[in-house]
Amino acid sequence: MIETAINFALFTMLVVTAIAAARIRHLFAVVMLSGAFSLLSALLLVTLDAVDVAFTEAAVGAGISTVLMLGTLALTSRREKIPSHRPTIPLIVVLVTGAAIIYGTLDMPNFGSANSPAQTGVAAEYIERSPHEIGVPNIVTAILASYRGYDTLGETGVVFTAGVGVLMLISGLRTRRRREDEEDDDEAEEAG
Amino acid sequence: MFLVAAVSLLVSMVIVLARLFAGPTLYDRVLAVNSFGTLTVLFIGVLGFLTGRPDFLDIALLYALINFVGTIAILKFFRYRAIGDVSASRELGQ
Repeated sequence: MIETAINFALFTMLVVTAIAAARIRHLFAVVMLSGAFSLLSALLLVTLDAVDVAFTEAAVGAGISTVLMLGTLALTSRREKIPSHRPTIPLIVVLVTGAAIIYGTLDMPNFGSANSPAQTGVAAEYIERSPHEIGVPNIVTAILASYRGYDTLGETGVVFTAGVGVLMLISGLRTRRRREDEEDDDEAEEAG
Repeated sequence: MFLVAAVSLLVSMVIVLARLFAGPTLYDRVLAVNSFGTLTVLFIGVLGFLTGRPDFLDIALLYALINFVGTIAILKFFRYRAIGDVSASRELGQ
């Protein structure tokens, strides 16, 4: 009962934040709103007992994303252009997709149900075998780093490649800017 | 008692969100997001005690750290108009 009320209050704030972020044209305010949005969804995930997902949401959504979007704002305009077309068709697409997702949740098992596929599948076996097969107290870590070790290695490789790519792009931009600046200075000296 | 604390935290969240939506200046909004982060930390702590799992307190501490770093980044952006290498942007500014 209490948790339902808390979830209801948090979801209401989440929806209001999302609508405000869509309506405000000042992009800096939208970045701040998206930070608050991430904190709210992290809170919701904590109430759903998914603390690890919640922590990722808070670190990535409220932390890194805010910083990255601010960095983008430093390079681009700080005001959103007023869209020239009406948002009717996108709204319909979003509503239909949302309805489909809600329809999909109808035959899902209840939250925390013991008969859900997640509980009746391989989970029991992992819980039983990982302590003596792997010897790591945290079962999630045992699955990620050992049973699915190659998968995790591949994911790490993807993230590493993306990070290196972004760093190369940004450093190229910065040296180009500096060079342009020096050229401007040279021209100014010649003119003076 | 924890229920009262949780409800009052939710009410203060609504108030802070209102400031975040309305906030005429940018600093109002920065301060609102920062207070919202603090309220999140407190709410996670209270939620842990409310549902009988005080070990949520560790998670709340981690959120406090993230909130601090995020606010520092935003304020650094205000000061230097750039996030990364401050010395380079200073040179650009001169």
